[in-house]
Amino acid sequence: MKGAVSVRGVTRAYGNVVAVCDVSLDVAPGEFLTLLGPSGCGKTTLLRLIAGFERPDRGTIHVSGNDVTAVPAHKRPVNTVFQHYALFPHRTVRGNVAFGLEIEKRPPAEIARKVDEALDLVRLGGLGNRRVTELSGGQKQRVALARALVLEPDVLVLDEPLAALDPKLRKEVQIEIKNLQERLGTTFVFVTHDQDEALVMADRIAVMNHGRIEQVDGPEALYERPRTRFVADFLGVSNLLEVTPHTRDHGRVRLRTASGLEFDADDDGGYELGRAVWVGLRSERISLVDRAGNVLDGVIDDEIFLGDWTDWRVRVGPGGDVLSVGEGNVLARSRRRGEVVSVCFPPDAVMRLDDDGGERPGG
Amino acid sequence: MTARRHATWLLVPCLMALLLLVYLPQVLMFAVSLGHRSAYGAVVYGTSPSNYWRAIDPLYAWILWRSLLLALATTVTCLVLAYPVAFWLGRIIPPRWRNALLALIVLPFWTSFLVRMYAWIVLLRSEGVVNQALAAAGLPALELLYNDAAVLVGQVYGELPFMIIPLYVSLEKLDGTLLEAAADCGAGPLRRFTQVILPQTLPGIVAGCVLVFIPSLGAYLAPDLLGGGKTAYVGNLIQSQFATARDMPFGAALSFLLSLVVVLLLLAFRRPIRAAGSL
Repeated sequence: MKGAVSVRGVTRAYGNVVAVCDVSLDVAPGEFLTLLGPSGCGKTTLLRLIAGFERPDRGTIHVSGNDVTAVPAHKRPVNTVFQHYALFPHRTVRGNVAFGLEIEKRPPAEIARKVDEALDLVRLGGLGNRRVTELSGGQKQRVALARALVLEPDVLVLDEPLAALDPKLRKEVQIEIKNLQERLGTTFVFVTHDQDEALVMADRIAVMNHGRIEQVDGPEALYERPRTRFVADFLGVSNLLEVTPHTRDHGRVRLRTASGLEFDADDDGGYELGRAVWVGLRSERISLVDRAGNVLDGVIDDEIFLGDWTDWRVRVGPGGDVLSVGEGNVLARSRRRGEVVSVCFPPDAVMRLDDDGGERPGG
Repeated sequence: MTARRHATWLLVPCLMALLLLVYLPQVLMFAVSLGHRSAYGAVVYGTSPSNYWRAIDPLYAWILWRSLLLALATTVTCLVLAYPVAFWLGRIIPPRWRNALLALIVLPFWTSFLVRMYAWIVLLRSEGVVNQALAAAGLPALELLYNDAAVLVGQVYGELPFMIIPLYVSLEKLDGTLLEAAADCGAGPLRRFTQVILPQTLPGIVAGCVLVFIPSLGAYLAPDLLGGGKTAYVGNLIQSQFATARDMPFGAALSFLLSLVVVLLLLAFRRPIRAAGSL
């Protein structure tokens, strides 16, 4: 049970604003779980509830099998890496990492040894005597990590620790933290609003919206099978269409949008004829070349150049539904706005979504 | 670079004021202090250090020592009283109340210090408010006025805002996540105070202590009014040399020595002051 986190029916409100609403979540020992969602979705509040900086209004929190709901932060076997690192400016790098061990009144020799180990772990070996104010953002982030890990917590929680780093460094540190977590076997609960970061690092991702968890799944399952409109949108599914299934045939279901665009989807048994439902279609699953599956006539309406690839906005169907189609720029360079194209996608690319997903991010 | 050089001119008005109102008078005072008084109390200029020899006489050294003790007691008392207030103002109450409450703290400055000292006399004298209250409760009257304790009360009262404000500033800007980080590392409330809040507010503590200690060293209104002339402090001594004793050269020597003590103290504590400033 060491390292397990169990959140049961937890609610936390600030005045009239419900930050976390009836959330239940289990994190297995040694798991890397990411809380993903837009700002204001309650992910940081949930993290702070686990760390003990906030008390839930309702519900219980267990860490390593013990009920810690009423246990203050300084007595929980949980350590935190803060978003802005929260290093003690009046202490050196070593002083920061040693802080918790000094509080525990460990013998000086042991403190020195553990601090050395922790600094080596985050590759800050030679910087122990620097003032933390002299460090770069990446170095501060490592000190924060060392300060938390040196105490050998059952659970480490990280609140957007990479938000302040530049994109290239960020990619490196993501891999580094992931490797570190696998090596240590410590449970990590990691908060981010960056879906790429979540997909790269996490064993499982809990997507949050309006204080609730909408879906918890592994990165691949989440990417390939988002369950709600919100999750699909947040994970970059650029085509979201409201459709009505009208006929069933040989494991396929025929869908029609309000404006009359028709296409086939694999019938997973969840479609109900005549009942409107939302579907998602990833732009990278649509091709303007391979004529297979659904083939729709369209006209290129607009283009968004994205470096490696181009996002074509293609008008299709009688009512002029616009689909976003991603195409690598080797192919895309020859196309022009106004060009007539065939929009093709296999029926299994159509993802059926639960329509109780609520609002779209930012909406 | 030129913009920066031009900006140096911004210092000129202040430097002029310092030159005319501080350094020049100090030079004059030094010149006066080397002279002696005539039979009718006028200044006879000279080059004799005799006033300084007179000033380090054990009697006057004792008065200077008492002044140091008063300043120290005032500073420590102010610190102990002001820290909880500043903590409450800077960290506990909702920010929207802060400005109004800070205004209450500086409100006494709208009244002359002299008037406020008279108010203390009204409170503390034998038939004063405090003793009337004691009498009403059937308790014996206390000698509250015209002693060192009364002087200390007046001094603390007068200097308290100068301790609260810098403490408030440093407590208010203290990053709350540092306290969470300390709690996260296992520190309970006491350790969070000693290990994070105290070191982080050291600049405010040092600034407040300097702001309170230095004026207290030369204080003369509170000792004069609340001490009733029965208590000797260096501020009163200097004032009496210029006024009643009409011995300006000796008064000048005493005030010059007092300035010297302040400078020496600032030098002696320059390390903590600088360390606090660099945080």
